[in-house]
Amino acid sequence: MSSIIIYTIITLSLLGAVAALVLYFVAQRFKVYEDPNIDLVEAELPAANCGGCGFAGCRNFAETLVKAETFDGLFCPVGGNETMSRIASVLGREAVTQEARVAVLRCNGTCEFRPKISKYDGTMSCAIASALYGGETGCNYGCLGFGDCVMVCNFDALHMDPVTGLPVVDDKKCTSCGACVKECPKDLFELRKRWKGDKKIYVACMNEDKGGVARKNCSVACIGCSKCFKVCPHDAIVMKNNLAFIDSVKCKLCRKCAPECPTNAILEFGLPIRKQPETINTQLINKEE
Amino acid sequence: MLKTFKKGGIHPPENKFSAHNGIRKLPLPGSVAILLSQHLGAPAKVIVNKGDEVKTGQLIATGEGFVSSNVHASVSGKIAKIDDVTDISGYRKQAVFIDVAGDEWIETIKRDNTLEKDIQLTGEEIIKKINEAGIVGLGGATFPTHVKLTVPRGKKAECLIINGVECEPYLTSDHSLMLEKGEEIIVGIQLLKKALNVPLAHIGIENNKPDAIVLMEKLAAEYKGIKVHALKVKYPQGGEKQLIKAITGREVPSGGLPVDVGVVAFNVGTVFAVYEAVQKNKPLFERVVTITGKTLSQPANFRVRIGTPISAVINAAGGIPGDTGKIVSGGPMMGKALSDPEVPVMKGTSGVLLFASGESARRNMLPCIRCAKCVSVCPMGLEPYLLMPLAQKNSFDRLEAEHVMDCIECGSCSYTCPADRPLLDFIRLGKSKVGRIIRTRKKQ
Repeated sequence: MSSIIIYTIITLSLLGAVAALVLYFVAQRFKVYEDPNIDLVEAELPAANCGGCGFAGCRNFAETLVKAETFDGLFCPVGGNETMSRIASVLGREAVTQEARVAVLRCNGTCEFRPKISKYDGTMSCAIASALYGGETGCNYGCLGFGDCVMVCNFDALHMDPVTGLPVVDDKKCTSCGACVKECPKDLFELRKRWKGDKKIYVACMNEDKGGVARKNCSVACIGCSKCFKVCPHDAIVMKNNLAFIDSVKCKLCRKCAPECPTNAILEFGLPIRKQPETINTQLINKEE
Repeated sequence: MLKTFKKGGIHPPENKFSAHNGIRKLPLPGSVAILLSQHLGAPAKVIVNKGDEVKTGQLIATGEGFVSSNVHASVSGKIAKIDDVTDISGYRKQAVFIDVAGDEWIETIKRDNTLEKDIQLTGEEIIKKINEAGIVGLGGATFPTHVKLTVPRGKKAECLIINGVECEPYLTSDHSLMLEKGEEIIVGIQLLKKALNVPLAHIGIENNKPDAIVLMEKLAAEYKGIKVHALKVKYPQGGEKQLIKAITGREVPSGGLPVDVGVVAFNVGTVFAVYEAVQKNKPLFERVVTITGKTLSQPANFRVRIGTPISAVINAAGGIPGDTGKIVSGGPMMGKALSDPEVPVMKGTSGVLLFASGESARRNMLPCIRCAKCVSVCPMGLEPYLLMPLAQKNSFDRLEAEHVMDCIECGSCSYTCPADRPLLDFIRLGKSKVGRIIRTRKKQ
């Protein structure tokens, strides 16, 4: 009885030893050298695999970072400056800083401001609807409201507001990965400079139609009147295609432009309430009419 | 046995209400909006200004580049403005608005109805005249005809195929045109044969139009080298590739053009326009439009000037019935619902269809049960059940490997799906994205 046990132990041990030898030589023969820094860098990355850096996942980005000479053009928007400086210290290189950004929706065409003139009953996808026609409202440039952007957001930073029918960006959760910017078929999202306290001023409209047509289809459309452009002291506003655009890098949040807008297309967030914003705007609207 | 194409195909209810109602002339509307991009390729460039007086048939925009087409005034009057108008795509495009004043045609057009059989021009002159007249494929694809007639170097056209199939249900514009203008179409075929320098032309007509088959056979017997084929009724036989397969048995290779197998195909409407352009000097500024629907009081075929608002066509046929759910431009299978009935008629508008709200509503999508009905009906031999999730998941490399670019967007898969899955919607989405990737790759 005991001999059976002994033979079994010896046979299995021999078999194990032979297999170990074979495995050892095979491993030596087909060894792939990998820079240990790649693992270290990958450990510092957020592991969201969102593709916001422009590479296929965090591992791929880590490989690129280790191989690259400098960090020029390489940045993890999710981890931000903090992560990049830690990676720089791992690799012993100079860190490149970038200003923090946040996604904003450049459309304020809620159900109230932008009445629907047709009913879409096709597949509920912005990409498909935009290939079929300009949308349920008269505005061909505005938000379609089927939430393709919400579907692609990896960070739960976007959700649809059932009252307005527009997606809302959660500034706290937004990592500026840019997935929504790429997804939106109407190109409505923009990554803008993130101010302290999530202060924002931007033109919430992308309608390139002539003023009259734009205004007819949406009461808060930018009509390209250039009033904000004329008043801006920092040259931050550009007029193009019947549309004003505020450059978030040049903008100093002086707030001179918003009260000038006759259609209230310039939105302000996170800023103290004006003393008499209502009266200023109504006066201008009356003058316009 | 009747000829047909082998792979796939469906047979939806025909509903051809207006087949024997003849072609009537639509009264001139008060104003027209003539779009500058009514064809595949670059939009035409305007050569008139606001306030100009134009005559019917006058050139108002010239084609930019080779793949483009001229646009002519369809009415006489004063140019009110050059502005954007919502077209069939659902987006605003540039158009020339003309306020109609009388109907004065340019002098060069021969307005008599006599048949002119003699062909005096050479092949090149015919192509030049077709180009000047702004003729595009009137079957719906609106590809400029002069480009099709210019066979690329190294390739040779052996035969001409004339598409009188009209496989889309409801539509009857080609059918009624064949019945009324059969002889003109035959002369048009002779012109195209000369332009392409081919000896043989085949006319394909589906067997649900026996009167057209008999008439065309009788007329073709007087000429050499024109053969009429009666085809089995099957959608999408009017697709260029399917028609070529049905008549000649040749298969256009994946990614290739019909001329690769020695064939050039034209719609009967295009052939009639060629006849008018070459023999009567008449540019393309009107076409036959079918207006039909189950609830419509007077389904009809109208000869409509380009730029007429579709609402005017509907009003001439008895107005929009109360419970209309969708107005579709084109056939029920490949047509597009309109967002606004004021959309102007374009060169490619073959019909206008009115659906009652119950008929047109989309049903809810259910999970795929892998019945493979879509695979068996796909005329291009694709697997729609697979392409849809691939498009949803952005698997572009696999979509390309599965030949998504071969899809002709006939809609047979969505029509046949028992789970009401929007297969074509997603395939079209995948196709456009893969197409963009392929184009970028070619540029690099």
